[in-house]
Parts: sequence; structure tokens; C-alpha cells
Amino acid sequence: MTTLTDAWDWLTDPAHWAGDDGIWHRLLQHLVLTVVCLVISCLIALPIALVLGHLGKGGALAVNISNIGRAVPTFAVLVLLLLTPIGDWGEGPTVVALVLFALPPLLTNAYVGMREVDRSVVQAARGMGMTGRQTMVQVELPLALPMILNGVRIAAVQLVATATIAALAGGGGLGRIITAGFNLASTPQVVAGAVLVAAFALIVEGVFEIAERLAPHWARGSR
Amino acid sequence: MTAPPDDCLARNEWICGEYLSTRRHILLDAVVQHLQLTAVSVLIGLVIAVPLAVLARRWGWAAGPVLAVTTILYTIPSLAMFSLLLPVYGLSASLVVAGLVLYSLTLLVRNILAGLRAVPEETRQAARGMGYGPIRLLLTVELPLALPAAMAGLRIAMVSAVSLVTVGAIVGHGGLGNLIYAGMNTYFKAQVLTASVLCVVIAILADVLLLGVQRLLTPWTRATRG
Repeated sequence: MTTLTDAWDWLTDPAHWAGDDGIWHRLLQHLVLTVVCLVISCLIALPIALVLGHLGKGGALAVNISNIGRAVPTFAVLVLLLLTPIGDWGEGPTVVALVLFALPPLLTNAYVGMREVDRSVVQAARGMGMTGRQTMVQVELPLALPMILNGVRIAAVQLVATATIAALAGGGGLGRIITAGFNLASTPQVVAGAVLVAAFALIVEGVFEIAERLAPHWARGSR
Repeated sequence: MTAPPDDCLARNEWICGEYLSTRRHILLDAVVQHLQLTAVSVLIGLVIAVPLAVLARRWGWAAGPVLAVTTILYTIPSLAMFSLLLPVYGLSASLVVAGLVLYSLTLLVRNILAGLRAVPEETRQAARGMGYGPIRLLLTVELPLALPAAMAGLRIAMVSAVSLVTVGAIVGHGGLGNLIYAGMNTYFKAQVLTASVLCVVIAILADVLLLGVQRLLTPWTRATRG
């Protein structure tokens, strides 16, 4: 129990919130990394998955890429990137690793979402004289939206976790509070950092949960 | 004074046969630790997950909270999970195992519960009509039919655990992760690449092994297809 009160004391000490190693700065880094990398990954993955899903090609790759993503350790990729020339520019390895690990859930969910659109609806759209592009944007995309957004949610949670591990390889973010705590052999700091990271991850998950509930009926997932 | 040897170790190359031959024992120890941590964690997770899923299936009201807790556990990043367990387990292998058990548990409970829920009601009624009691129904009808879904969960849990063990390097019990961590601090490229590749190889082998076990355990799924 004393560890918990010590961790609480650590968290409530204003000195730990200020400065470059302070909680506010780390929190901001974590948030910026997560948001920027989520946007980059969506810009890369969604167009590819939507077009492949529309054409019905590359299914095996889109589905298997999730399994590959799971088998490759995040930590290993971070360290490998750190030792390549990418490691020379600051947060480079972190950004590349974050994007790499956010791509699989985005690709798989968007692809499967597009393929699961009722074929008779697609045929009806074609029968009404819609072009391929019109069918994709006005029919398939809206119907696949719940699956696509679920992919974005999984990717966001994955990004928060990867950004935390990035601290092990010298990246910024809330994970740094934990790794610094380990280096100082300060259990209260480690626990306080972990509580911050867990809270951050749960808030991200919660934001998506609320967004899903507020979304119009047709855009909601089956969950 | 002798000149430093001009081999791939001295040049710090990514791929280095010299590394494999001189550090064979270190690599082997790390692989064994990696396999032990993974296997123990997933086994404990399985032993806890099966009764939890069965209970959540039996008592409808328990399913909601069980799934909510598993979602929360799964959302917590691995580094934070290990750190939260630090006051309980200290810098030990138990800490890594405990963290991995929580993740495996989450994946397994969800998949086993989904498998149990997918057992057709008619099948259950037929078994009941043949005089099966609840225990016999569970053991000889429901669990076997939930097996494909459970095995799918077990494969995901196993592959994830192989990958997550590396994060255990933060407390010095990360199997191949230890080599990656040490290699990072010394910019030892061959060590980082070799350990990383071995991690992926172990994950793929574990997946293939479990796929084989699944085919042996559920011969009926193949019969219908062929």
C-alpha cells in the first residue's frame, strides 16, 4: 500500500509536472505522436484498402498483414530502426515504428469492411448507372464505415502502446517517465508513470467509445 | 601488439556468421528463456480462462463485466502493465509472466466465450433430450464445438506473448528482448538483428505448431470441407 501512496505523492508533486522531463511535456509528446502518426497511417492505409476492397483484389495480403504485425515485436523494430540511419533524426524511429504498427489494423478492417458490403446493394448501384468511383464513394464507403472506424480505434490504441515502448529505445512520450523510474530504481515513479500511461490509453479508448455512441445510427458498429 | 581482427564483428555488420558461432550459447539461453516465459504465461492464462468463460456463459449477467474487464486490461500498454505489477513482484520473471498471463487471459476468455455462444441451441437441446446432464453437456458437446474458436484465440495469444516477452527486457527477463536491449545500448547490429529474427521465427513456429494441434483435435472440421 505504501507504494501506492508514494506513487500518488509523486504524481501530485508540482515539480514533476513542469520542465522538459515533466509530465505535461511528456503528455503533449505522447498526444502529438499518437495523433500525427494516426493521421499519417490513415492517409497511407485507407486509400489503398478502399481501392483494393472495391476491386476485390489483394485480399490474402490485407488479411494476413494483421498476423504478420502481431508476430513482429514492437521493441525489436524500434531498436532496428534506431540502429539504421533513421535513428539519426530524433523521433524518426518512433514515428516510423508507430506508423508501421498502425497500418495492419487499418488495412485489414477497411478491406474487410469494403468486401462485406452486401453485393446486391453494389449491383443495384451499378444497375442505376453509377460509375465504379461513385459506387465506391457513395455506396460502399458509407456502408463500410463502422468497420473502418473500428480499425481506426484499434490502430489508435496500438499507437498509444507503441509510443510507450518507444521510450525503451530513447523515444519521447509518457513511457519516458517509466523508463526514467527504472533507471532511478524509483518504484513510485515507475508506478506513477504506468498509471498515467494506462489512463491515457483508457481515455483514448473511451473517446472512441463515446464517438461511436454519438454517431448516427447507420455509422455505428455492431458492438 | 596484434592487429584487431578484421571480421564482420569488428565491422559491426548486420548479418554476421561469426556472431552466430561465437555467441551460440548466449543465443540458446535467451531462446530457452523466451520459450519458457511464453509457454508458462499462456498455459496459466488458459487454465484461468476456460472456467471464466464457462462461468460467463452460464451466468448471463457475468458476461458483461468479464468482457469489460478484459477490454480494459487489453487496452493498457504492455510497458505500463509490467510497471504496475512492479510493487507486487519486484524485478523478477514472475512479473513478466503475470503481465503476459493477463494479456493471454483477455484474448482467450473472449474467444472461448464466443465459441461457446456459437454452439447452436438445437445441438444443446438435442443433447439434453438424450439425457445429458449439464457437466456432460459442457465437456462432450459444448467445449469440443467451441474448440476451433478457442484454438484461434490460443494462436493469437501465443503469437502476441512471443512478441511481448521482449518488453520484459525492462526488468531483465525478456528472453531475446534482453539481447536486443543490450545490443541497442552497445550499437551491436548483428545481435539486435539476430535476436529480432529469432523472435519472429519462434512466433511463426508456435503458430504452425498450434495449427497442427488444432487439426489433430478437430478432425471433423476437415471432413466437412473435403
